Amino acid sequence: MEGKIRVLVAKPGLDGHDRGAKVVARALRDAGMEVIYTGLHQTAEMIVNTALQEDVDVVGLSLLSGAHMTLFRDVTKILKERDMIDVLVVGGGIIPEEDVPGLKEAGVNGVFGPGTPLEDIVTFIKENVKR
Amino acid sequence: MKDLAERVMRGEQRAIARLITHAENSSPIAAEAMGRLHSSSGRAQVIGITGVMGAGKSTLIAEIAMEYRRKGRTVGIIAIDPTSPFSGGALLGDRIRMMSITSDPEIFIRSMGTRGMLGGLTGAVYDVVEILDAAGKDVIIVETVGVGQAEVDIIKIADTTVVVTVPGLGDSIQAFKAGIMEIADIFVVNKADRPGFERIMAELSSMVEISHMPGERGVPIVPTVAKEQEGVSELVDEIDAHQAFLKQSTAFEEHRRRRYEAELVEIVRKRLMNLIFDESVFKERIEKLVERIYAKETDPYSAAQEILTTVLK
Ligand SMILES: Nc1nc2c(ncn2[C@@H]2O[C@H](COP(=O)(O)OP(=O)(O)OP(=O)(O)O)[C@@H](O)[C@H]2O)c(=O)[nH]1
Ligand SMILES: [Mg+2]
Repeated sequence: MEGKIRVLVAKPGLDGHDRGAKVVARALRDAGMEVIYTGLHQTAEMIVNTALQEDVDVVGLSLLSGAHMTLFRDVTKILKERDMIDVLVVGGGIIPEEDVPGLKEAGVNGVFGPGTPLEDIVTFIKENVKR
Repeated sequence: MKDLAERVMRGEQRAIARLITHAENSSPIAAEAMGRLHSSSGRAQVIGITGVMGAGKSTLIAEIAMEYRRKGRTVGIIAIDPTSPFSGGALLGDRIRMMSITSDPEIFIRSMGTRGMLGGLTGAVYDVVEILDAAGKDVIIVETVGVGQAEVDIIKIADTTVVVTVPGLGDSIQAFKAGIMEIADIFVVNKADRPGFERIMAELSSMVEISHMPGERGVPIVPTVAKEQEGVSELVDEIDAHQAFLKQSTAFEEHRRRRYEAELVEIVRKRLMNLIFDESVFKERIEKLVERIYAKETDPYSAAQEILTTVLK
């Protein structure tokens, strides 16, 4: 079939850096995916709304501030509430090692720290998309 | 899946989104559902927005959408960006400029890659327009990449085509290829806050005057500053005036007929292409024919005839 993996790359929270998110977005595009990029300062509600309308297979959240725990959790919580359980959620940014188990428990399927090779992210998505 | 069409007609966001995906993937589910939607579509006003890269199309569309919402009308937006011919992937970034409207439940936005082979619009765009229409959206706005075939294809889909340009493109009118002058029902000069504004207004006016035939509708030129919401309500007035103008004569119906014609031809073309190229058998076969062409045992025309003979038998 002609189906392509669709990924929403979102930048929740208030910090103003999206270079990392853009690099990942480009890498996913080069891997043949359709990447919807939404820019800075997204609320969890906006991210899930966009994911719903764009019918994405993957939500990728990028974060550089300490607020990631609550923000990631908000996104996975609203996704569950809307019954969007077939969406793969991945997160990247500066995330302390000790936070990773908590994030996974909250429904973030893949967590990628700084310096993760881009191929690893691509491979993880390709192997784990749920439909 | 049987109730997918039904759920779309009730305006359920999830169903709309899922059916669009099926349509983009040319799945059989889409073909079945589209058949059931057809009788409920045809009510929406379809507006095409095209123009040079970075002209402010997405920013403008967000403002146009808000203006229609103030008038109590619901809105669907289809934002199309080019698919990379190398990877088949796409970076769809139009939503960045539409943040102000992402929380309105009466506005449905969908980003699409062109996916098509020659840089034109994919056939799926017809489906997406029809899906949003059947879902009850009053106004559907389509943003297309301002290069190549896509901007010409847009007139087949849109009732009203708006061509956006900006000051300071150097020799601006030269930058307008022959085709683009002819497709505009309305010109917008966005970024009217920028230097060179008077010049491009004057140039465009004289272009419009020259190509204006007596008795024909003149093409209005609307200056806007999309970033500051300036000129947007004037633009929406012009769009609605054009719609009213079309409906005064048989032009509107004729236009819709041509849209269905383009869609029908597109479906047939796509199915034929799939018949020829999608099956792995044919891929193998093409490889073998290429070898024979390379070895000068046959030529491309004879090889093509061989393929067509098997497909059409
Ligand atoms: N000065 C000025 N800048 C504007 C105006 N409208 C939009 N912009 C800016 O122009 C840039 C491009 O805007 P977009 O809305 O993304 O343009 P676009 O035509 O959709 O771009 P593509 O989809 O990439 O072709 C952004 O930085 C906008 O903020 C305006 O009226 N004046
Ligand atoms: Mg745009």
